[in-house]
Amino acid sequence: MQISFDLIIASLIDGLLLGFVYGIAAMGLTLIWGVMNVINLAHGPIIALGMFSLYFIFDLFGLNPYVALLLVAILGLLLGVLIYFVAVHRVIDAPHLSTLLATFSINMIIIGLGTAAFSASPRNVDFSLGSLSLGPVTLLGTRLVAAVLAVAVTGGLYLFLYRTRPGRYIRAVANNRDAAELMGVPSAQILALSFGLGTMLAAIAGGLIATFFPFTILAGGVYELKSFVIGVLGGLGNPVGALLGGLILGMLEGIIPAFMPTTWVPVLEFLLFVLILLVRPQGLFGARK
Amino acid sequence: MSTVRKYLGLIVTIGVLLMLVAWPAITGKDITRETTFTILLSVALASSLNILLGYTGYVSFGHVVFFGLGGYVGFYLMSAQGMSLWISMLAGGVSAGVLAFLLGKAILRLRGGYFALATIGINEAMRAFINNFEPFGGPTGMTLNFSVYRDYGGAGQALWLSYYVLAALTFIVLIVSYLVRTSKFGLGLLAIREDEDAAEVMGVNAPNVKTWAYVLSAIIPGMLGVLFFFKNGSIEPAPAFRLHFSIEMIVMVMLGGQGTVLGPILGAYGYQSLRGFLLTSPIFKDIQLAVAGVLLLVIVLFVPAGVVGWLRQRVPVLRRALQ
Repeated sequence: MQISFDLIIASLIDGLLLGFVYGIAAMGLTLIWGVMNVINLAHGPIIALGMFSLYFIFDLFGLNPYVALLLVAILGLLLGVLIYFVAVHRVIDAPHLSTLLATFSINMIIIGLGTAAFSASPRNVDFSLGSLSLGPVTLLGTRLVAAVLAVAVTGGLYLFLYRTRPGRYIRAVANNRDAAELMGVPSAQILALSFGLGTMLAAIAGGLIATFFPFTILAGGVYELKSFVIGVLGGLGNPVGALLGGLILGMLEGIIPAFMPTTWVPVLEFLLFVLILLVRPQGLFGARK
Repeated sequence: MSTVRKYLGLIVTIGVLLMLVAWPAITGKDITRETTFTILLSVALASSLNILLGYTGYVSFGHVVFFGLGGYVGFYLMSAQGMSLWISMLAGGVSAGVLAFLLGKAILRLRGGYFALATIGINEAMRAFINNFEPFGGPTGMTLNFSVYRDYGGAGQALWLSYYVLAALTFIVLIVSYLVRTSKFGLGLLAIREDEDAAEVMGVNAPNVKTWAYVLSAIIPGMLGVLFFFKNGSIEPAPAFRLHFSIEMIVMVMLGGQGTVLGPILGAYGYQSLRGFLLTSPIFKDIQLAVAGVLLLVIVLFVPAGVVGWLRQRVPVLRRALQ
């Protein structure tokens, strides 16, 4: 099979742009893991809620999707704080099984209510920014903006974590919760805030994905699994690693279909995932555990 | 009398199960048999998982991979090679056990959340692989020729046969589960659950013991997969490797009480009855998943030891009877 070079470049860039958004989703997962050692199994449904919130704000109020995204982010933050106090706080020090099941029960609740409320028929945000042609490569406007926003969100998160007082508290709690408490850090609030930031990132990723793919309430599941893969790739608990991991995964998804049927992509992704867990559980870029 | 006291836990467990099994056999109704089939399948799967999850404390989120792989291997032997159900079930169990052995050597080194993530990854990788594996029919899966059932006395008879085979397997799982719990091997597992490093210091060969617990918990699900899809008549990647099914097994173990022999039986029975009720109730039909989620959350937050564990804590008299 003759593979056209242009085609590979085009799908590579396409994958790379998607990778930025994957990175944002994974960052949400990995932030929660890094701060409180909780794997948030409600991640996928929250991504899906991000998609639906954007859809409804855009559809009902006619707001520009990127303005709507701001609202989606706030809703995501509030939802996360709520989930933390309802489901996670009581079992935060219990064995892993408890937090896994607690967040999974939130997953079931969201999916159950979501299916009843929104049905299973796919929705679509009818919005386009045209496209940009550079030689053989055509870039969709929505994907370009999504990538730029993803970088902006990462920068914002970095500034928040390193330049503000709550951010410093979050890092302190992640480092050593007991010591942070002794220093007067209100750990319950900080944990809730961290959980909220994690779900906020998930909701933003969902909102961005909604601008280019159709979705149902179940659509988040795929991105949840991708977030696991990326999170492990970049090192669980490492937000910058998550963005890089997202780019790697996006590129792989862009390149692999040029050489073999698309259906092989998940096989390779998950094999890579298990392999990295075994060989380098701290991730490709992580040094700290 | 002292023997009765000694084995009271086992007697109670077997007694509860006998009542479950006998119910459809007495009524002879197909619908009762189907309901009980679902419950028994859940009991057997949950009890198998309990050996790893409850005794050893390792959370296998992708345990359904053994059910699916065993099912696929056995189904392939039945549909493409014309082998009997018995040989196929054996092959399904063996392949699940071998997979668990190989995986166990690798991923049981991971602890806590990392292990749980790895099991999810393995299940997804396997599902994606089978989806592309042409000998197993790829995404469309395989179907059994209807004439296969003739060897088992026709389709109607084959359903009863499947039921009794399932009942026998469930008894085997529970006896194995009881033996493990009361053996030195089981004591090693419980020690690993409490503190793995301390257990190793005390002379438990943790890597080996964990691997064998993993293998033990995988074999019966592999055989059940063959039986289930034999009864079903067809197999596809999505239902064979459904992650949600895996998590349901964990919920049942938690509901009844992890680390107990009786717990998974009560948990599976309770979960399936509740699910049946919600699915048929006009009020909860649409939001059955959400109601189940709320219930799970309440259990995780307030009764983490499950029904049996809670009873054992509150009513010490029952401790001997509820193993």
